[in-house]
Order: sequence, then structure tokens, then C-alpha cells
Amino acid sequence: MTIEVSPSSISDSLLNRDAFLTGLLNQVTTSETTGWLQQLRDSAVKWVRHSVIPNTRNEEWRFTDLSLLKEVEFNSVDIKTLEKFQETALEVEIFPEVSYCLVFVNGVFAPNLSAITNLPPGLKIGNLDILPDAVAQEYLAQSEGTRDVFTNLNTAGLNDVAVVWVGKNVVVQNPIYLLFISVAGESAIISQPRCLVVAESNSQVSLIEEYTNRRGAEKAEDEVYFANSVTEIWVNQNAQVSHTRIVIEGEAAFHIGKTAVTQARYSRYSCNAVTVGGKISRHNLEIFQTGEQTETTLNGLTVIAEKQLADTHSVLFLNHPHGVSKHLHKCIIGDRAHGVFNGKIFVPKLAQLTDASQLNRNLLLSSKARVDTKPQLEITADNVKCAHGATVSQLEDDEIFYLQSRGIDQNNARKLLVNAFASEIINFIPVNSLRDKLLKTVVSLTNK
Amino acid sequence: MILEKSDLILSVKGLTADVDGTPILKGLNLDVRAGEIHAIMGPNGSGKSTFSKVLAGHPAYTVTGGEVIFQGQNLLGMEAAERARSGVFLAFQYPLEIPGVSNLDFLRVAYNSRRKAQGLEEVDAFDFDDLVEEKLDVVKMNPAFLNRSVNEGFSGGEKKRNEILQMAILEPKLAILDETDSGLDIDALKIVANGVNQLTSPENATIMITHYQRLLNYIVPDFVHVMAEGQIIISGGKELALELESRGYNWVLEEALGVGVSS
Repeated sequence: MTIEVSPSSISDSLLNRDAFLTGLLNQVTTSETTGWLQQLRDSAVKWVRHSVIPNTRNEEWRFTDLSLLKEVEFNSVDIKTLEKFQETALEVEIFPEVSYCLVFVNGVFAPNLSAITNLPPGLKIGNLDILPDAVAQEYLAQSEGTRDVFTNLNTAGLNDVAVVWVGKNVVVQNPIYLLFISVAGESAIISQPRCLVVAESNSQVSLIEEYTNRRGAEKAEDEVYFANSVTEIWVNQNAQVSHTRIVIEGEAAFHIGKTAVTQARYSRYSCNAVTVGGKISRHNLEIFQTGEQTETTLNGLTVIAEKQLADTHSVLFLNHPHGVSKHLHKCIIGDRAHGVFNGKIFVPKLAQLTDASQLNRNLLLSSKARVDTKPQLEITADNVKCAHGATVSQLEDDEIFYLQSRGIDQNNARKLLVNAFASEIINFIPVNSLRDKLLKTVVSLTNK
Repeated sequence: MILEKSDLILSVKGLTADVDGTPILKGLNLDVRAGEIHAIMGPNGSGKSTFSKVLAGHPAYTVTGGEVIFQGQNLLGMEAAERARSGVFLAFQYPLEIPGVSNLDFLRVAYNSRRKAQGLEEVDAFDFDDLVEEKLDVVKMNPAFLNRSVNEGFSGGEKKRNEILQMAILEPKLAILDETDSGLDIDALKIVANGVNQLTSPENATIMITHYQRLLNYIVPDFVHVMAEGQIIISGGKELALELESRGYNWVLEEALGVGVSS
């Protein structure tokens, strides 16, 4: 997490220092309205005006160079274009295991593509309209993790929000699918998906969140866009949220995504984050345990090839006693691709009897592939169990030979091994058809 | 068993091979016929394991001369996987652990690649389960091992049993057992040996590579060869192994190399 100085303490001479950022801000800010939402936007605008796009001299961005992003001129989304796209059939594949589906195109709700009828009592799915203002104000942009330039840029231009609200004691059986599609067309665009999930106490829900381009469409892979997404998840007391986050952006796309999770006591949150697409992608995953006996399970998989760059920065604040966290992040990196992992865990003095583990395992498929990994633990409590580690490996010739000696071709042997490495994470995903689809994607990516 | 007029399965002539430029095999000759069990013994570093890996097609070894004919075909011209599909099986001295690949899936993929090469139809998961169940008995293996990752966390004995299970499923024409007895306690050795014995038939052949005579009490060879400096320097019947056990290797080496076997 980037902790920035409060903007009010900086003199006006430092305003709008970053022309690119100012340009983006001017594109995303909407016409003046009043009310709490506008106040939220205004204060975010202020943040952004005092900020700059981080460069590689910033420790949090040391290995992720955003100069390619800054070379592009991004336009705002033309709503009329959007309406046209909603009418034409976008390829939306809904998994059979999924009962409800919420689709947003360039951050704007697409009711025609969504399936949110016959909701059980206590479950609300839709856009911001479904929440009373008082409830929305209590949660929207209120996470600890909303204080960085990209998150504030998203809030500054906030105009539609994907909302899932699970009432007290409500158990939602089937996963809810949240699909965020970016459509660029001729010129490069900035798309700012926003998502708010609230699981009230004792509730249980499973989410599949996916970021992608206009799949299957001609030239969709050439479309240049910048998806700057923010998802806030509130897991209230004794609630349970299972979250699968998939990033399959287009080959020319930029993706910077924030997941900010606030967990109350006795709650359980698990995240399976899979990144396979995008030219440059970054996932900022921030977990705040705000009560005791809270459990967090994070599983991540990054599969990249060619010249892709994918960065995962996670930070976990275990601020209370008896917190449990397990984090396993894996990267499969081919060609000249570059993976980055930075995982931080804070265990302050109050967090006695914490049980935290973190492991980052990397598989490099070519001699030009690169990974930068930095597991970090900061412990001031004295009665805790904490472990962290990182490994980097290649496919072993002997392993391949063993499979070959049983009649399996070299190519299939490699596939089998890569598949096995990826399955450990993919198998955590609670939806079979999505698992199959992801495994196929992984194999095709690593066999180019 | 030594059979009259049985087919020549493997014919090795003047085989030489390098690893990283160091010559290991220096003109090896061996004929193996259907139904026969051959034991290859010899001191450490004599090239026994290299020979088994060269036959199986390990990429780290470069063949520099000689020929290997397997069932009338040039074995050295085939990729490792092709050799396996045409009926060569190497039971590894140190079977590898493959995390994330279930043993059952691995066995099925291997079985189906062999069937495909034989022009037979691939079998589905259900039929394969039946087949495996039947074969488990050969090595008295607990079915629980099928759902675990290949060899992951298996004990030495379990790994070796798993090798023989693979052999039972793939039904090779030529099985090469590389130090299959190493790391086995006496009970496990009996089970593994018993498994191998059940799989030998007048149609196939076995080459056992071992340091010790012990294994040969359970799998009785028709021929015993002694390797030294990359060659077979002496061959005999099973009684040769007993003599080696009591007298060691030195006398053979002196006799054989002393009388000027070219090296």
C-alpha cells in the first residue's frame, strides 16, 4: 500500500505536476452534481491533483515501469458507443454453476447482459441504485485501502458501481458472477470498473469477478485500454466470502486493480486471484483484519508469456489476536515476460497468537523470463507463528525424461508439468467449468 | 528362461557413449532374446546405469558409436517417448516425484500413449480403473496411492513398487530394472521381485542392473554379465553372481582386463 501524505499539507504549487495524470483526471471526471457522491468524488479529485503516477524510484513500483502506460493518450468512454455495444451481442459466457450475473461494460452497468432476476430475500445485486444512500455512504470508498493514486482516480470518476449486498444470516448457494468488460474501439480508452460487496454478519457468499476485453471480437486483442478497477469487500462479523478474481485482459491492455477487503472478527475471506492477460497488469490486494479470530486465505496464480508484465502486491494487516492467514502465490513465466510479487504481512504487538504463512513459487519457462519476488514480514508481537518464503525453478530435464520414458511426448510432458504447477491454485476455484477453462488458457499460453 | 529359437529382442553392438564429453560406454555388446532375464553387475562407475539410460534415450548421454537394434528397429534413432511406446521400459533407480500430477492420471496417459502407438483404441477413465485395480495386486499396492501425486512423499519401497506397477500396466517387451533392489528392506524386496516374476513371460525380456547378488535370489537370471570400464568383460550363468558375491570383483577385472581386453 502506498501511504501518501495528506494532500492538504502540500502547497498549491505542487498541484497538477503530472500532465498525464491530469489528462486522465479531466477525462474521467463527470459533470457537476451535488450530494454525498459528488463530495466523495471531489475529495478524490483533490488527492489526484496532488499526486503523480509512480515511477520506478518508488519502492512499491520498483519493478513495474509504467512509462508504456504514460505514452498512451486515453479518452473517456463515449456512452453512446457503449449503448451500441450493449445492443450488439458481446460474448458473455455464463458458467452453468452460476445463478446470477452482473455485467459492466467500461464501468457502466449493462442490464441487458446481466441476469439478476429471482433473487432470494436478503440478497441484492445491481448497481448503486439498489442501496439506500445511508448504506452506500457507510461503505463506498471507506476502506482503509482506498488511499492511493489509482484508487482515487477511480473514485474521482465514479459514476456506476457493481453492488452485491448479502443480508444478515443469508447463505447464497451458487456463485455470483461479476463480469467487467472493456471495449476500446478505434481510440484508446480508460475504463474504471468499480465494485462494492457487503456481506452482513453470519452471511455466506461466493463471487467470481472477471476483467476482460471484448472476447472473440475481431481485433479485440489490439484494442488499447486502461482498466483501473477498484473492488471493496466488507466481510462483517462471522461472515464468509469466497472470492475468485480473474484477469484476462487483451494483449495491448493495461490493468491496475485494487481489491480492498475489510474483515470483522470471526470472519473468513478467501481469494483465488488468477492473472493471465494484459500487457501490464498490477493487482493491489489489501486485507485489513479488524477483529480477533479472523481468517484470510489468499491463493494467486500469474501465467504470462511474450513481453507481458504482471505484478501482485499484497498487504495483510493482522491487527488482532488469533488471526490466521495463508498465502500461496505462484507465477509461471515464459518468453521474455516479467513477473513481480511483493507480499507484506504486518503483525503488530496486539496480534498475539497469529498464525501467518506466505509462500511465493515461480516457474520460469525460458532463459529470458524474469521474476522479482519479495516476501516481507513485519512482526512486533512475540508469541506468533509466521513463515514466509520464495522459490524460483525451471522444468527439470529429469522430470521431463521420466514422463518421456513412460511414452509421453516431450511437449505433452511439459504441458503436464505446467498444468500440475498451475492446478494447485486453479483447483481452489469452486466452479468446475471455470477451472477447465482456465487450465486450457494456461496450457495454450505456455505452449505458444 | 532360455528358449530355443526365440526372437532376438535387443542387439547391442560396439556401443559407445559420452556424458559431457567424457566417454562412459566403450564398446558394449549384448544380445537379449525373448524369455530371457539378464543381470548386469559390476563395480561403481562401470557404466551400468549409463547403459540403462542410453537404452531409454536420456538426453544427457550422447551416443558416439555402435548400434542398438530393438525388435528389428534402430532404437537409437527414436525419441525417448517413442522408445517407451514401442516397448522399452526403464524402472528408475531414483523415481522422480511429480507434484500435482495424480498417479492414476499419469498411469492412464502413459497407458494410452502406448495403446495409441500399438494402433489400439484409448481406454476411458472407468475401464482404466478396472485395469489398474487388477494390476495393483501384482505389487500389493494400496489403492490410496493412486490418488496421490506421482511418487510425492512415497517411501523408497513405495516408489519402487510404483515403478513395477507402471511396468505391469505398460507391459513392455524389454524391461530394464536399474538397481531396483536399492533402498528396499527384505519384505519390500520380496514383493517387488515377486511382481517382476509375475510379469516375465516367454514373449518379453528383462535386464536387471544390480550391485548385489541378493536380488538374484528372488529374480533368477539366465545370464549374468559383469561390466567394467564401459564394457561387458565377462558373461556367465547365475553361478557367476554367487562367485562374485564371495570373491568380489577384483579377480574378474584382473583376469579380464589383464588378458588384454581392448579398452
